[in-house]
Amino acid sequence: MMPLLTTKGLSRNFGGLRAVDGVDFALMPGEIRAVIGPNGAGKTTFVSLLSGRIRPSSGAVVFDGADITAMPAYKRVRLGVAYTFQITSVFANLTAFDNVALPVQRTLTDGRSKGQVRSGVMAALERTGLADRAGTLSAHLSYGHQRLLEVAMGLALKPRLLILDEPTQGLADSEIDNFITLVREIAKDATVLLIEHNMPVVMQLADRITVFNSGKILAEGTPDEIRANRQVQDAYLGATHG
Amino acid sequence: MRDASPARTYALHIGVIALLFALNFILPDYHQSLFARIMALAVFAMGYNLLFGYVGLLSLGHAMFFSAGLYGAGLTVYHLGWGVPEAFVAGIACGALLALVIGLLALRTSGVAFMIVTMMFAQVFYLLILYFAAWTGGDQGLVIQQASRVVSIGAASFDLTDPTVRYVAALALFSVVLLITLAVVRSRFGRVLVAIRENEERTRMLGYDTVANKLAAVVASGAICAASGAAYALLFGYVGSNFASIQYSILPLLWVLLGGAATTLGPLVGTLFMYYVTDITSGFTSAYLLIVGVALILLVLFAPKGIMGSIRERWLGWLP
Repeated sequence: MMPLLTTKGLSRNFGGLRAVDGVDFALMPGEIRAVIGPNGAGKTTFVSLLSGRIRPSSGAVVFDGADITAMPAYKRVRLGVAYTFQITSVFANLTAFDNVALPVQRTLTDGRSKGQVRSGVMAALERTGLADRAGTLSAHLSYGHQRLLEVAMGLALKPRLLILDEPTQGLADSEIDNFITLVREIAKDATVLLIEHNMPVVMQLADRITVFNSGKILAEGTPDEIRANRQVQDAYLGATHG
Repeated sequence: MRDASPARTYALHIGVIALLFALNFILPDYHQSLFARIMALAVFAMGYNLLFGYVGLLSLGHAMFFSAGLYGAGLTVYHLGWGVPEAFVAGIACGALLALVIGLLALRTSGVAFMIVTMMFAQVFYLLILYFAAWTGGDQGLVIQQASRVVSIGAASFDLTDPTVRYVAALALFSVVLLITLAVVRSRFGRVLVAIRENEERTRMLGYDTVANKLAAVVASGAICAASGAAYALLFGYVGSNFASIQYSILPLLWVLLGGAATTLGPLVGTLFMYYVTDITSGFTSAYLLIVGVALILLVLFAPKGIMGSIRERWLGWLP
């Protein structure tokens, strides 16, 4: 099977700092991949390179067989690479409906979906359990609901690859359970790449885990393999073994 | 929600247009003339509001788009002897073209830099008008003769110097632009413009080419402001460089802020309010600008969202 997304020697420097350093990475269609690593390991920079929010210093990104390294972010979105932000960035002064209408009308314009804006929006809101709040200004939604709205917007883009940057940050435990169910459902028709600090969530959700440290991939494997990996334990705990 | 009641929204706007039409028969001569001027200039304010209110781009150079229309229409009539319809279209085309060029350059900046860049371009435009005084009449301006301001449609001819014809012509332009604005802000394009105002980065990550959308908005805004300028030249028969000065870049900002940014009816309300406050106070005292200033300060203090913006916030949430 051909990977959905690969990177080759992907690097990004900020001044003298190599935030992402020669990363070779491959993501298979349909999998749920978690990216973990200590703070400052380069995780957010890495997914920003994938989504096109920042340009690489060197290296290449290939999506579905096409080189998208030089493609601007908005065009990648139209190909099906969706990104949800680490910090909640729904449109606070717009209603939940209008927030979701933006991605829905995008896919309609691109011919990637059919029908009415209204029905597409309501479908995405129902899937995330926000249908009864369609007319609420998103600034008036609770934090947990804002995170869900963010996911609804990502869903409405009909992504083939959905990148979630710390989606459970700030969610209550009860909300996290719903969230895990939601991501599993999304993964039925999309590939999911998530950066996550919450280890129970990672262990429950991920098919495979990629561990970043100092801009490089330290380890990659199934949750069990990663749990048992000595190097990973060192990176997280800072322990030294003789 | 935006789609809640289109019928009510359209009824309100048609009602406003009908009211303005009725005023044509009621208003005394002086006020009829003043209203014609206000409606023509409210179009300027609506064009400004499209960019400032909905996209959140604060330009300090819109006098150049207004005067591109003013001179585009005025000079073709004055020097080339063009008829009114052709001159009107020429004015709009000048404004749209200028807006395209200025937009391509100025949209490389944002925020304060955008304000300064647009203001500088407008000053260049103003100085060019003075420099080419042989054609533009410089600071004296040009008067367009009555004979050039007659429109013939078939057998009928309309003299734009006639107060009633002028009023109805100004109202027609106002109505068309009002309904266009309403349709735009309710459209998918309008939703994207508001999204850019709220969070441009997020809008880009939803698959929108935000620069192209902003450029489209600048051109639309420039074309509407030019339509106002062209109409002003043809209706009132005077083309002058003072319309290209910085004052005419600040005025539409004031009108929109007073009336309510990002409301469809705010530009009309703001222009009307400002004109009448000036008109009434100047009847009492020569220090009328002082009173205008106080009125502005009070509004900013107690209704920072403008007249229509406050009405929407407090009572009528469905106002577009």
